[in-house]
Amino acid sequence: MGVCSLKLSGAEILIKSLEAEKVDTIFGYPGGQVLPIYDALYDADIRHILCRHEQGAAHAADGYARATGRPGVCLATSGPGATNLVTGIATAYMDSVPLVAITGQVPQSLLGRDSFQEADIVGITLPITKHNYLVRDLSELAGIVKEAFYIATTGRPGPVLIDIPRDVSATVDEYEVPGELNLPGYKPVLEADPLQVMEAAKAIAESERPVIYAGGGVVISGAHEELLRLAELLAAPVATTLMGLGGFPGNHPLSLGMLGMHGTKYANFAVCECDLLIAVGARFDDRVTGKLETFAPGAKVIHIDIDPAEIGKNVQVDIPIVGDVKKVLNQLMDIIQPRLGDAWREKIHAWKKEYPVNFCDNGELKPQAVIRDIYRLTGGNARITTDVGQHQMWTAQYYTFTKPRSFISSGGLGTMGFGMPAAVGVQVGCPGDTVFNIAGDGSIQMNIQELCTAVNYELPINVAIMDNGYLGMVRQWQELFYKRRYSHTELLNPDFVKLAEAYGAEGIRVTKRSEVIPALEQAIRSSKPVMLDFMVEREENVMPMVPPGESLNNMLG
Amino acid sequence: MFDSRRLATDLGGLNVTHTLTVLVENTPGVLARVAGLFSRRGFNIDSLAVGRSENPGISRMTIVVEGDDRILEQVTKQLHKLIDVIKITDVTRDEFVDRELVMIKVNTETSTRAEIMQLVDIFRARIVDVGPKSLTIEVTGYESKINAFENSLRPFGIMEMVRTGKVAMLRGFKSTTINDNPKKEEVN
Repeated sequence: MGVCSLKLSGAEILIKSLEAEKVDTIFGYPGGQVLPIYDALYDADIRHILCRHEQGAAHAADGYARATGRPGVCLATSGPGATNLVTGIATAYMDSVPLVAITGQVPQSLLGRDSFQEADIVGITLPITKHNYLVRDLSELAGIVKEAFYIATTGRPGPVLIDIPRDVSATVDEYEVPGELNLPGYKPVLEADPLQVMEAAKAIAESERPVIYAGGGVVISGAHEELLRLAELLAAPVATTLMGLGGFPGNHPLSLGMLGMHGTKYANFAVCECDLLIAVGARFDDRVTGKLETFAPGAKVIHIDIDPAEIGKNVQVDIPIVGDVKKVLNQLMDIIQPRLGDAWREKIHAWKKEYPVNFCDNGELKPQAVIRDIYRLTGGNARITTDVGQHQMWTAQYYTFTKPRSFISSGGLGTMGFGMPAAVGVQVGCPGDTVFNIAGDGSIQMNIQELCTAVNYELPINVAIMDNGYLGMVRQWQELFYKRRYSHTELLNPDFVKLAEAYGAEGIRVTKRSEVIPALEQAIRSSKPVMLDFMVEREENVMPMVPPGESLNNMLG
Repeated sequence: MFDSRRLATDLGGLNVTHTLTVLVENTPGVLARVAGLFSRRGFNIDSLAVGRSENPGISRMTIVVEGDDRILEQVTKQLHKLIDVIKITDVTRDEFVDRELVMIKVNTETSTRAEIMQLVDIFRARIVDVGPKSLTIEVTGYESKINAFENSLRPFGIMEMVRTGKVAMLRGFKSTTINDNPKKEEVN
């Protein structure tokens, strides 16, 4: 048997290369410069989900990737198609999501001439991709696709964009299976330096009040079991970031819930008083640290991260460890001794008792109560996507996440309009799971067109809108810091029930507490997408809260 | 109590000029990637020179940056994150030589021409073009020599000046080539 040589078009080579990467689903939107690719897709074994907006396609691919752990793929045409992907790519970049974005480009003969639907998408996405490519010759295409998937999924994952001029996708040439990758400039460090691990073990042995601060890296690396073992071994409480939710079971006695601006009081107190902070796959974001000068003031800091550039970026650390979180935790557990529960644990237990996460439950339709009911009804087994704002924080606080990849939300970029298309991607990737998109009445309208995608592909997504007629989080800041001057935050909304019905979905309006459970049950039972419009208390605030620029122990509410 | 050690931004010691030799894949757009990184992360480039290296697929950039140790560490780490960046060497940490080429077009009158030519001799510069009222002079050397030459010409009236930016090389047998010691993260 010789090397099979075969004449294929660039588009066919692209499809073949995607199949070689085991891509089973593409989220996309056709257009002029991707016509050859869509023609090749017509006979391909890859499922194509036609989103209703390229931004939706990017977020859907992102949601698919976050839920399944496999790279998400989105496809758009040149110019406006490509620029519509930008928010989605930036969202994936900030949260380290493996995403491969493929865009059509004008033929090379027209490049650089302001041709119809031409945009320099490689230039535009330079700062928001892990890497990107303009394919200049068909002979490069198969190798570039292979490289793109490798780069997107290894090390610290991230989005990679491949821009394919139409002449490249339309040309026919010999197809050759790409050879070994040659990336001299890309060698992610996975295994940690044993000396650093030993330093960490020493610091752990010397500490009396350790706290583990776990971020999205735990989920990405699949290190949730290791984290649980480490926490139990050290009897160390675990505070997670927003991205880390689900990386440690929220109902575990050692769980402190989320830390930071809207974290639990006991998580923030524990960080303030700990003598050792073990940061695992986290990046000391400003929403987590509050005022940097007073962040974990008395603590030695161990920072475990796969990205060396994260170490020392915001905060000086004492023991940096570069490596894959899962590997590093295993290395660490090989050499540390168990610690007993002690005074520290009792102190934390006392804080938990004194400052529980709660709200003034007066029997009215409170958003926190709705989210708690969603948790109870789904037994914590649903996949939850959110948009960005108050409902996102309430979800983080009142839905107790116990499993990795169950909370899918735009943390770093904070992209409103993420939840609906992400839910599409999640449901496509996890067809048997119950999927909820918890949204606000503001952000749902930023990508509501993807409800049509859900109807089109019979994806039984449940959309729960916490409808307070405001851009709630902005209103909250205006209330607290701008003397209640509600500048342009009150919303005139469409009738979401009728809108859902117009899209071919079910719509349910809920105005009373007693209606919540029956409505949720009906939604979960339904085989159609359901949009639930919860008319919640209008001026409810997300509490507790660390005011911007304040120390973590200085919380309102 | 104010504990400033958490503030990564305030630490790192003195501002020093560092000369980095950066090996990059010779791909279109690699300069934009490097330059874009500097601007969006707020790092200042004093000078940047780029050209082919001894290896046809690889370009060598010489980047001069000013900053404290912390900034330099971030610059290095962020540069490493670029897939096209193969190797970074801070030559300032070792014995090195650096050179820059400058061309200066200076006003000349019959009365000043001789004096300028004398300066050219002293600084071992070269006259590369002679006009009726101007001389174009080429000079290479390290920075302080070039600055001194520029200052001595200033009284005659410098019409135009162009500088290539610094290029640098380690002294002796050491080199910054790709096989010398492969790209390595410098954190652990």
